[in-house]
Amino acid sequence: MIIGLGHYLTVAAILLTLGIFGIFLNRRNVIVILMSIELMLLAVNINFVAFSAFLGDLVGQVFAMFVLTVAAAEAAIGLAILVVYFRNRGSIAVADINLMKG
Amino acid sequence: MAVLAVFLPLVGAFIAGFCGRWIGDRGAQIVTCVCLGVAAICGAIVFYDVAFLGHDQTQILFTWIDAGDLKVDWALKLDTLSAVMVAMVTLVSFLVHVYSIGYMAGDPSVPRFMAYLSLFTFFMLMLVTAENFVQMFFGWEGVGLASYLLVGFWYDRPTANSAAIKAFVVNRIGDFGFALGIFAVYTLFGSLHFDQVFAAAPGMAGKPFAFLGMNVDALTLTCVLLFIGAMGKSAQLGLHTWLPDAMEGPTPVSALIHAATMVTAGVFMLARLSPMFEHAPIALDVVVVIGGTTAIFAASVGMAQNDIKKVIAYSTCSQLGYMFFAAGVSAYSAAMFHLITHAFFKALLFLAAGSVIHALSGEQDMRKMGGIWRLIPVTYVLVWIGSLAIAGIPPFAGFFSKDVILEASWAAGTQVGQYAFFLGCFAAFLTAFYSWRLLFLTFHGKPRADHETMHHVHESPQVMLIPLYVLAAGAILAGALGYHWFVGEGSAGFWRNSIVVLPDHPAMAGAEHVPEWVSLLPLAAGIAGIAMAWYAYIRRPSIPGETARSFEALYLFLLNKWYFDEIYDFLIVRPMFWLARVLWKQGDGTVIDGLGPDGLAASTIDLSVWTSRLQTGFVYHYAFAMLIGVVVFVTWYLFRG
Amino acid sequence: MIVQAICFYLFAAVAVASGVMVISARNPVHSVLFLILAFFNAAGLFVLLGAEFLAMILVVVYVGAVAVLFMFVVMMLDINFIELRRGAMQYLPVGAIVGMVLLVELVLIFGAWAFGPEAGQSLAAPLPHPSVTNTTALGDLLYTKYIYAFQVAGVILLVAMIGAIVLTLRTREGVRRQNISAQVGRRRSDTLEVVKVRSGQGVETS
Repeated sequence: MIIGLGHYLTVAAILLTLGIFGIFLNRRNVIVILMSIELMLLAVNINFVAFSAFLGDLVGQVFAMFVLTVAAAEAAIGLAILVVYFRNRGSIAVADINLMKG
Repeated sequence: MAVLAVFLPLVGAFIAGFCGRWIGDRGAQIVTCVCLGVAAICGAIVFYDVAFLGHDQTQILFTWIDAGDLKVDWALKLDTLSAVMVAMVTLVSFLVHVYSIGYMAGDPSVPRFMAYLSLFTFFMLMLVTAENFVQMFFGWEGVGLASYLLVGFWYDRPTANSAAIKAFVVNRIGDFGFALGIFAVYTLFGSLHFDQVFAAAPGMAGKPFAFLGMNVDALTLTCVLLFIGAMGKSAQLGLHTWLPDAMEGPTPVSALIHAATMVTAGVFMLARLSPMFEHAPIALDVVVVIGGTTAIFAASVGMAQNDIKKVIAYSTCSQLGYMFFAAGVSAYSAAMFHLITHAFFKALLFLAAGSVIHALSGEQDMRKMGGIWRLIPVTYVLVWIGSLAIAGIPPFAGFFSKDVILEASWAAGTQVGQYAFFLGCFAAFLTAFYSWRLLFLTFHGKPRADHETMHHVHESPQVMLIPLYVLAAGAILAGALGYHWFVGEGSAGFWRNSIVVLPDHPAMAGAEHVPEWVSLLPLAAGIAGIAMAWYAYIRRPSIPGETARSFEALYLFLLNKWYFDEIYDFLIVRPMFWLARVLWKQGDGTVIDGLGPDGLAASTIDLSVWTSRLQTGFVYHYAFAMLIGVVVFVTWYLFRG
Repeated sequence: MIVQAICFYLFAAVAVASGVMVISARNPVHSVLFLILAFFNAAGLFVLLGAEFLAMILVVVYVGAVAVLFMFVVMMLDINFIELRRGAMQYLPVGAIVGMVLLVELVLIFGAWAFGPEAGQSLAAPLPHPSVTNTTALGDLLYTKYIYAFQVAGVILLVAMIGAIVLTLRTREGVRRQNISAQVGRRRSDTLEVVKVRSGQGVETS
């Protein structure tokens, strides 16, 4: 059977949804949130590349590379924040991060 | 000249009122008395010029309102009627100012008092020289204001404050009628200037007017409404409750405002509007009935009062009733004549009473007086003069004016005229009775005051007595001198156009030709009253007490002023307070505040508290919110097609 | 073709499965490992699509750098893995419903939608001759047409690096370090003092 664009996009959609679930369904720690964000970015990358391949347009891959770059930068910063937070609070339980409560 | 007479009191009031602190008591007294003195001289000159030399004039000062069809000027209308009033008001006011120098000496706020007195005089002069309804209303309201200020002069006394408010509020009810009358005048005549209205009045007689679903005679309705205003100002039956309580003010105030000037404003208004009233016979009948009833009512209540000032106050009320029923039978000139003579002897009586109170160190209850005629002989003689004048004993002033009124009411030939005549005669009897009751209780018999007070009894200083001499001269001579001009042969040439009497109202014309017994009945009634008082209070002093006990219900009925105050309190005052409280608490508080500011504030707080719960502080909650947003967008685009 | 289909389904299934395990593993180290697995499978998908450069970059950058970074932090923070709290499950129904709605809608779109006829005309960077490798083609494109974006990406990385250092740097007390500028800027008057000493007397330290 011919694997069409829709198949790739479906895979990406499932990964995206999983990432979203990961953000608010987890109660354990913040690292899982960051990892879920990476999952979502991965899903977006799959989308870009799939479109690029089926449209015959290279710009999708170029953009996917930039997404990669930014994702890496963001992961670094996010983890740095996490480390500093852990130093100050001693735990990374998600439920305890509510000092900004309005 | 007239401008000076009218505006000098205002100048005096301003200077004394605003600069009182710098010029001091003495300065305020001098300034106001000088201003009033010059005004009195100008008033006399104007009176001579206008009334006797016939120089009627209208001096326009400036335009006040010029809006569409309504044009109202500030103008001084000087004809005989206003000239008479100006002369009387300025003279009596000047005398009261001088008297107050002595009476109010030592009071902490003398400049304020003098300023208020002068201010009142200005407003009264504005009222009497008004050339249009609005200006008259301005003066009307102004004297009401001055009355409030002066009755409540000693504002640290709660009774004075309530009396002042009562005076103002009851006046206001009358003023409401007056205002409605002015609106009716404007609706009917399209103008508010007296000249134009009077010229158009004969044409309006008999015209119908739709009011509250009924068809009534337009002129009658207007005149009745205007008369309601006069009832309020002149304390006629129904709106009289404020006058006795106004005695809370200092005695000079009672003399000036509640004897000579403000309360006579109603009578003046009736005389001024005679061209209108003549064409509204039903309104005139209403006036007669109310005036007559007031005369008898006040006289009966005055018999039972124990406060010297209240007796004189009810006496004033009664005499105003006389003036009103005189006006009601179209004897306007007789009413004005009695107004002038009454100003003299009533002011004399009030100021003399003030002398007595001053002598007895502030005592006002007659039951605690007595036995002082030898100690203050001058005051005693002055009270005799005033009482003789009011009882209508010749040759004192009251005889001439009262007799003419009663003769006119008989000569009117109508049923209400007869009603008024008999009531008036009976009231004359009562008047003499209570006047001599006052005299005997105050001056004769054994002293009932305590020893300390009796020790201090002294004659008043000359600054207080000289005005009394002038007033006494008026009380003696004004009647005989004025008779010819006011109501006698020369009255037509005297009044000219200022008073209009239709030929089919024969009261004044017929007053000359009444039967002998009609002329003598009032005199007989007066003498009988004096005799009765002498018998009851000198010969057999136990009679009053026994009578009071035997007819206790009647006595209490009279003592409590026919229970008018209690009835009004129950029927009107309490419901008003209840209504006001409901509107305040429920209406304003609950509904308006609840829906408006308070409600908005409370719901804003609630809303923001509820909204702030969205800020949980948990990042994943925020992410969840974002997700929901994404889903909403996708769904919307999906189904938008 | 069949091989391609099998490979696709294999990679896709494993990727999805490891995605599920990432978010539901109890041990965070397991989570990171499953994330690595997901990345590998995504790289495989990319190779199937003909974007082999990107696939390798994915492995090098994501797995080699980002995932290892995650591992560093997980190990460094010494996290006790906390039991999944029972009460937290109250959000599951709502979240599941919302997520399912999203997924279903996305799939619907993909099924019902197709390229428009003019899509082929507005390509920004058409594929070059098939003899050019993916890497060369990307390089041709990146360093010419998108050079600006490329530089900006570099700046972003620079900023991220500086930011990470700034956030986590702490100076410890008691650590001796050299302050070069102070050393170099030292003057003779700060160190040397010539004193006249009388014999037999000492030198007072002032």
